[in-house]
Amino acid sequence: MKPLDSKKDYQDYVNKKSPNSPILKNCFNAFWVGGLICSIGQIIMEVCKSRGLTQEISGTIVSIILIAISAFLTGLNIFNKIGKFAGAGSLVPITGFANSIVSPAMEYKSEGYVMGVGGKMFTVAGPVLVFGISTSIIVGLVYLIFNTQAITLI
Amino acid sequence: MDWLQNISWMALLKCFIAGGLICVIGQILIDKTKLTPARILVVFVTTGAILGGLGIYKYLVDFAGAGATVPLTGFGYNLAKGAIQAVQEHGIIGAFTGGVTASAGGIAAAVFFGYIASLISKPKMKKE
Repeated sequence: MKPLDSKKDYQDYVNKKSPNSPILKNCFNAFWVGGLICSIGQIIMEVCKSRGLTQEISGTIVSIILIAISAFLTGLNIFNKIGKFAGAGSLVPITGFANSIVSPAMEYKSEGYVMGVGGKMFTVAGPVLVFGISTSIIVGLVYLIFNTQAITLI
Repeated sequence: MDWLQNISWMALLKCFIAGGLICVIGQILIDKTKLTPARILVVFVTTGAILGGLGIYKYLVDFAGAGATVPLTGFGYNLAKGAIQAVQEHGIIGAFTGGVTASAGGIAAAVFFGYIASLISKPKMKKE
């Protein structure tokens, strides 16, 4: 290695050695993996609809299939590898919800099948359900109040 | 393979782009803020429910299909949509029953398959 003479040489050397901020690469990977997972969902949805199922039922079937696949992939330690590569690409779709149930449950398996697996399943999914369901109740109540007010005003 | 003809490639492209962009928002939140993944899941579900309640998220679902419903914001949207529909039908009790009813399939599947998958999983082997 040639000696570093000036300050500029040193700065170039540091820049070369320090890792680039990987945010662009992360975003790109998240984009295409996330898009791919959604596209798989879209294809399942189209197949369900072409068999005459309603929009709601098709959507539920899509969720169930994606959740089942990602739960078992997490159990087989495959999902974690996808997650490391894709980041939010596999976390933000509904697959991340299933992963968030299975991975803590696996870790606490030694604490038993009731309180270990059954209890720790909800370490992450619990807050998600608490805030999701609470928000939906508030949305329903706001809608109820807003509508009643609108009717009485008329 | 007759379903292959039914697929609208334009819809699939919109779905891919919208779904991908929602994930990019999540990735930026992970990289730029100190939010843990668990909090990001909570933020996405809550945001989806609020946007669903305001009637904004519906346009995204109409545009992108599964690109908007598969991400967790779609789960929140589904909760809010169910609550509003049930309020229209049953009044105040609908605010409590509607959300979970609409997303019962996903929640039940997550609990059931999650438990089964945890049971059959092998503990992680630490090689290092």
